[in-house]
Amino acid sequence: MTFPVLATLILLPLVGAIATTMVSGKRVESVRIIGQITALATLGVTLWMLADFRTGRAGYQFLSDHSWSSDLGIRWIVGIDGISLFMVVLNAILTPIALLASQRVEERAKAFTAWILVLEAALMGAFLSLDLVLFFVFFELSLVPMYFLIAGWGHGRRQYAAMKFFIYTMAGSAFLLVGILTVAYLHQDATGLLTFDIRVLQRWAPAGLAPATAAWLFAAFTIAFAVKVPLFPLHTWLPDAHTEAPTAGSVILAGLMLKLGTYGFLRFVLPLFPDPTVRYAWVLLTLAVVGIIYGAIVAAMQPDLKRLIAYSSIAHLGFVVLGIFALTQQGLDGAIFTMLSHGLTTGVLFLIVGFLYERRHTRLIADFGGLWKAAPVMGGLFVMTAFASVGLPGFSGFVGEFLALLGAFLTHRWFAVVAASGVILAAVYLLWAVQRAFTGVPEGENATIRDLSIRELTCVVPLLGLSLFLGFYPRPVLDRIGPSVKAVVAHVERSTGYEAPTPSAPESEETPAGAESEEAE
Amino acid sequence: MNPLAAARITTPGVDWLSIAPVAILGLTAVVIVLARSLIRKRPAAYPVAMAITVLGLGLAALALLAQWRRFRVDGPYQSLSGMVAVDGFAAFIGLVVVFATAMAVLLASRYLIRERLDGPEYLTLMLLSSAGMVAMASANDLITVFVALEIVSIPLYVLAAFDRRRNASLEAGLKYFLLGAFASAVFLYGVALTYGATGSTNLTLIARFLADNTLLDGGALLVGLALMLVGLGFKVAAAPFQMWTPDVYEGAPTPVTAFMASATKAAAFAALLRLLYTGLGSSSADWRPIIWGLAVLSLLVGSIGAVVQTDVKRMLAYSSINHAGFILIGVEAASDRGLASSLTYLAIYAFLALGSFAVVGLVTGRGDADSALSRFRGLTQRRPALAYAFVLLLLAQAGVPLTAGFVAKFRVFAAAVAGESYLLALIGMLTAAIAAFVYLRIVLTMFLPVEEGEAAPPAPVRADPGTTIVIAVACALTVIVGVAPAALVHVAERATLLFRG
Repeated sequence: MTFPVLATLILLPLVGAIATTMVSGKRVESVRIIGQITALATLGVTLWMLADFRTGRAGYQFLSDHSWSSDLGIRWIVGIDGISLFMVVLNAILTPIALLASQRVEERAKAFTAWILVLEAALMGAFLSLDLVLFFVFFELSLVPMYFLIAGWGHGRRQYAAMKFFIYTMAGSAFLLVGILTVAYLHQDATGLLTFDIRVLQRWAPAGLAPATAAWLFAAFTIAFAVKVPLFPLHTWLPDAHTEAPTAGSVILAGLMLKLGTYGFLRFVLPLFPDPTVRYAWVLLTLAVVGIIYGAIVAAMQPDLKRLIAYSSIAHLGFVVLGIFALTQQGLDGAIFTMLSHGLTTGVLFLIVGFLYERRHTRLIADFGGLWKAAPVMGGLFVMTAFASVGLPGFSGFVGEFLALLGAFLTHRWFAVVAASGVILAAVYLLWAVQRAFTGVPEGENATIRDLSIRELTCVVPLLGLSLFLGFYPRPVLDRIGPSVKAVVAHVERSTGYEAPTPSAPESEETPAGAESEEAE
Repeated sequence: MNPLAAARITTPGVDWLSIAPVAILGLTAVVIVLARSLIRKRPAAYPVAMAITVLGLGLAALALLAQWRRFRVDGPYQSLSGMVAVDGFAAFIGLVVVFATAMAVLLASRYLIRERLDGPEYLTLMLLSSAGMVAMASANDLITVFVALEIVSIPLYVLAAFDRRRNASLEAGLKYFLLGAFASAVFLYGVALTYGATGSTNLTLIARFLADNTLLDGGALLVGLALMLVGLGFKVAAAPFQMWTPDVYEGAPTPVTAFMASATKAAAFAALLRLLYTGLGSSSADWRPIIWGLAVLSLLVGSIGAVVQTDVKRMLAYSSINHAGFILIGVEAASDRGLASSLTYLAIYAFLALGSFAVVGLVTGRGDADSALSRFRGLTQRRPALAYAFVLLLLAQAGVPLTAGFVAKFRVFAAAVAGESYLLALIGMLTAAIAAFVYLRIVLTMFLPVEEGEAAPPAPVRADPGTTIVIAVACALTVIVGVAPAALVHVAERATLLFRG
């Protein structure tokens, strides 16, 4: 415990980024190697941390707490629990894969590698921070590398997309910063202590805030995170950003940055404002369901494969929000599980579309056809991933969305019913796209398309393999998520008088077991 | 601490240390004029004048530090019959002004030769102006404020028009002069009305009068306050008194623009803060709504106005208006925290503005004529170091974390929220997002490669040592203050305590 594991996770990629900038820009190979070594070393530390992580405990682990700026009350507090654990792991997995997938980036490879590593560091920091200002710092900081990745290495209207992405999120964070400061100063007025420590504030805020104030603050935090997720009316930056971003950027944007929003709900909104959460859950549930249906329908209409996946993210994230605001153990479990699973499957989808684009320089579904026959490995993997993304049993997507729906069904039946139809729509848009692009007889350039190389397989297979593994055996993940989720739900119950229903199914004394028995069917 | 007593007026002792910084700067200016007339060979005059300037600025900084040492032990005090306040606030702003002047002199060092302008004259004017600014920071009497304001402004009018071969510079000077003279007159009228209402021009006495008496009819005081705010609002470039800013910032020689954005803003805010916090501290209920309005207008005009500009100097001018709005957020808080946050913001904005205009000065090139956005196209490829330095400074102005700009914004928002001005903080943050659009537009342009067959914009002039130092110092401070804000925040905090003490 004495070794600062979590600080290492944040600083190691940063050191790697600085190291890459030291190398001469002409030696692209050494830049790539340094980048890859850093990313893999970070993954190594993460896995070591994962092995050391004590299953079955709800509290923060590997905690470290130091003063940063005492005049301002900001502290360097990092810690990890079941809610953040798998986001950190996902970050550590996706970064080396994003780098590996970007070997074809020849133009300013040095800066590209450095920005990816800075992005990893910023995301690590955001998922690990337990100080609200520290979180905000990393939350905002993560915009900068992503902005440059989109603006510098993106496609088509990248300038527009990058700008839109930055401004949207920044406008959202306006509410967040004001909200954070308000909570902290109200706490200072009440107790005399100026702190941004979430552990302290979440003990005080539920009872300490006046109901109207709490509702306003809830709104402020929610707007910021809803932009990031993105929830329905605030989502318009996402299709542009995703479509124009380079492959690595899309993978990380969808896999991790969107999750900052849902993670923010779990880590900050629920614990700090349980009362408005219970009261206004219906608003967010409605938006989530609208997002699920809307995302699916719009995705089905897209001629561009990448844009289709982008809209599908809106739908998937809708399930996550549905699970969170169901406010049940199953719902939250499902939400976090979907966050992980969506990162894996959408990552693969973006990667394969990226590989396709490198070969054909188009992403229009109409330009493809019969790819499965021409490139059987790629076709097979894409179809498998499409099934995984749709939520076919046996893949991780099923476990997460099933749990989220189950959780929502217990408390908000009709929302769950409508949302469930989103699963069918997901099958429609993805399988329709698969049918148009991959089945049939290949013609012209499609007939001579190269299949995936070893490097490309190395990118894709681990993610798909993990998704498959977690689909069959979700227990290791759910066991680690469970206690922390239970603590959040208990916190909400304790401070509001709301009671989360327990499922009446006889064998479900514990959710993971319940989920697994569903899985076996 | 030392209340003005009748006994002290009969034997007015002069505390030389209290006016030492101003005196040193003023004397240095005079010495340069003398040296200029004594040295026959004109080319030799410039290096000598430069050396004297550096010496003078160094001595002024030492005098300010000596003041700090003294009142840290004895507490803040007033001298010259209460005309001058010697306290942490004055020393802090004084140091910012001296630092900004030194930087602006470095910026100009090569520029003056490049543009074949008269060096010693320029330095004299700059030192006189900064003497006025330091005086303004410690002015505790409305008359002193006015005199200092004029000492600041008159050299600046000349400086703005200094490149007399260029019409834009002449236009800037004339515009600044006409509007500035008008603003000074309005300010003076405000002083007169305030005197009529309270019976004194001394800020401490005004405060005491207002604490002891209830005005039956506050009309005269309110109008006086409003008129003084108009005058000072003009100097800090706050909306709706900002009309001159884009034209003057664009037309004036770039080092002068950098000087105006950093030092003048700090000094004018110093006068504004002292007037509101010391003189009218008890009637904050009267001025807080006015400052609120000024802040919101400045934030909106600054950010939205910048969006439609195509000239980088004009963009930065509007961004300067936007920054004035942020500082006003700190002023509006009417608390120690607000004061400290305004001081922090002024110090940080000073080096951000200096660094940014330093880059612009290089890119606009010889003649200082064209600062269109298109000139920045592809700068990351042609001049990577310069371009990335500008990226850093622009991101800092946008308020990205781990840069000094974030610390500055965070402080004023914290002060506003602690003072329960939630809406103001929110508007501020939203305009920060709009302003970010402008900064990012410049960044994007620099990343945009020059297409084949397209005429490349003229190359930036080679960076001279002076400009390089300014940019390097600005970037280093941006990162250092961004990562470890404790030191600066602490000093600002101390300055505030010594102001109150």
